[in-house]
Amino acid sequence: MPTDVTSPVRVTELPRQSVARRGSAYLYRHAKVRLALLLSAPLFWLGFVYIAALVALLITAFWSVDSFTGDILIEWNFDNVTTILTESVYQAVTLRTLGAAALVTIIDIALALPIAFVMAKVANKSVQRALVIAILMPLWASYLVKAYAWRNVLAEDGVLDWTLGLVGGNSPGYGFEGAILTLSYLWLPYVILPIYTALERVPDSLLDASSDLGARTWTTFRTVIMPLITPGIIAGSIFSFSLTLGDYIAVKIVGGATQTLGTLVYTNVGTANNLPLAAAIAFIPIAIIFIYLGAVRRTGALSNL
Amino acid sequence: MSGTPAIRLTGLTKSFGSVTAVDGVNLDIAPGEFFSMLGPSGSGKTTVLRMIAGFEQPTSGTVELFGKDVTADPPFDRDVNTVFQDYALFPHMSVLDNVAFGLRVRGVGAKERAATARDALALVRLEGYGDRTPQQLSGGQRQRVALARALVVEPKVLLLDEPLGALDLKLREQMQVELKDIQRRLGITFIFVTHDQEEALTLSDRIAVFNEGNIVQLGSAEDVYRHPATPFVANFVGSSTVFTAEEAKAILGTKGACSLRPEHIDIVRGKAPAGTISLKGTVFETIFLGASTRVIVDLDGGKRVAVLEQNDMSTKETHRGDTVTVAIHPQFLSTLA
Repeated sequence: MPTDVTSPVRVTELPRQSVARRGSAYLYRHAKVRLALLLSAPLFWLGFVYIAALVALLITAFWSVDSFTGDILIEWNFDNVTTILTESVYQAVTLRTLGAAALVTIIDIALALPIAFVMAKVANKSVQRALVIAILMPLWASYLVKAYAWRNVLAEDGVLDWTLGLVGGNSPGYGFEGAILTLSYLWLPYVILPIYTALERVPDSLLDASSDLGARTWTTFRTVIMPLITPGIIAGSIFSFSLTLGDYIAVKIVGGATQTLGTLVYTNVGTANNLPLAAAIAFIPIAIIFIYLGAVRRTGALSNL
Repeated sequence: MSGTPAIRLTGLTKSFGSVTAVDGVNLDIAPGEFFSMLGPSGSGKTTVLRMIAGFEQPTSGTVELFGKDVTADPPFDRDVNTVFQDYALFPHMSVLDNVAFGLRVRGVGAKERAATARDALALVRLEGYGDRTPQQLSGGQRQRVALARALVVEPKVLLLDEPLGALDLKLREQMQVELKDIQRRLGITFIFVTHDQEEALTLSDRIAVFNEGNIVQLGSAEDVYRHPATPFVANFVGSSTVFTAEEAKAILGTKGACSLRPEHIDIVRGKAPAGTISLKGTVFETIFLGASTRVIVDLDGGKRVAVLEQNDMSTKETHRGDTVTVAIHPQFLSTLA
């Protein structure tokens, strides 16, 4: 007990002064120093490690390869860019990759909407938790394992073949369709989660109000739910779209001979030993994603990521 | 009550798992009535309202709307509309589009519904606010938009789920007057759910007091206040001192359990008036309330009573620890069931 007569009720004393305490107090008084300390590590990461690597890649695209020795020649030219823009094989692969990204995105949104709706608005708390875990669980498994699992599913006499066989169909096997199925499976959690979050943010009372005012279920979905969750849908589509655009492993495993931008990069870095061309190809999906992000920016979706 | 009731609830019951939220409610509400369901949270009043609206399906029992059984009808097929506690305005629509929503889903043309919605906004004194978004409005204004949106489709019954709960006191009092006025002008049935007894007393033609899933008392505001049927009502609607049968016999010399309002007890200086029960006691606490002072008196018989003294022209000063005489007019003792 202190004997201070001015505050007779005080039963605890202030903690003792220490270097750490003085440091904290200094930071408390100097907001700018605080901010600088907080930001320096992430800014270094973003600015140097991340953006610098991208710029290096961009620069590489303007170099070339000595066709005889295979060495990279630091000679500035636009040959690689001209090649990927004019040669029909690159145009075809770009269109195919774009088509795959669009297809996977549409399939995932179609699957995610009802699942997310059940999670956010229908299921009770325990079912909701179980569903969230069920959706997150595959994310803990290795990407490769999942792709090879789909290789088994899609195989001749595999699960899919056998199931579809019951209704007279058969597995699409390894190829474009197989790749679409596998990629849709792989990115589905990334699409469900933002849509689920968006649906969770729609108060139940809005759905009640809509129905109260005479809107049937479909009208409520169209006029109230859809406008409110569109940012979430777009946020999810950014994942499925960009991940598909850059994927090459799943395509290699279940895609058969299907060529995408990802597999072209892989071939050029590896077998063809043409890093500058690979760098140039890599800029196609980057450019597409930039255009895509620019288009969705004004919908407010980027604040839902 | 003569004629077909606007709402008739018969044996209405709702269970959530093992919890019975509403337990066999029977109730008739007349057309044009301002009816309040008053009760603490969890008393089942909101669940009853949600079953009338169609948001909840009753476990058993029926809901009739002007003689028609609507128990199995979805909300969009019922001629009732709701003003929600959180207003439930659509954030992606302008105020005018919110109000016109009910007309839009009914297929009313764009021009006509805008005109009708503007009239509805005028009814709630929000002319010229149509182009704003709900986010740009204050709580009281949102409340009025919700009201206009529910009224624009001309429901036979309007359900209001604690609509004034989120407003501050001044605004709440102002909205009470407006609600009453709108109800009188339109002549439709209002069913108003609230936990605020003062609000229920101010607004209602009749009040149903809910407790633990059922109606414990049904009557006019005056009835419920003057003659509370149970100790619960006596204390939930206003405040009362409740005497059990034994206490009444020992302290007041009367028969049967009863309740007494604080404004029906006087602290007398000098002789108690004839015909009153006069009792001695000690002042335990005084609480100054502005227009009146609440004096808590411990009666010599061991009972603590609250007395409401008007702070009028005559200066009365009561202090903690004073020995006082209180006078009770026996006609104000309300017999409890």
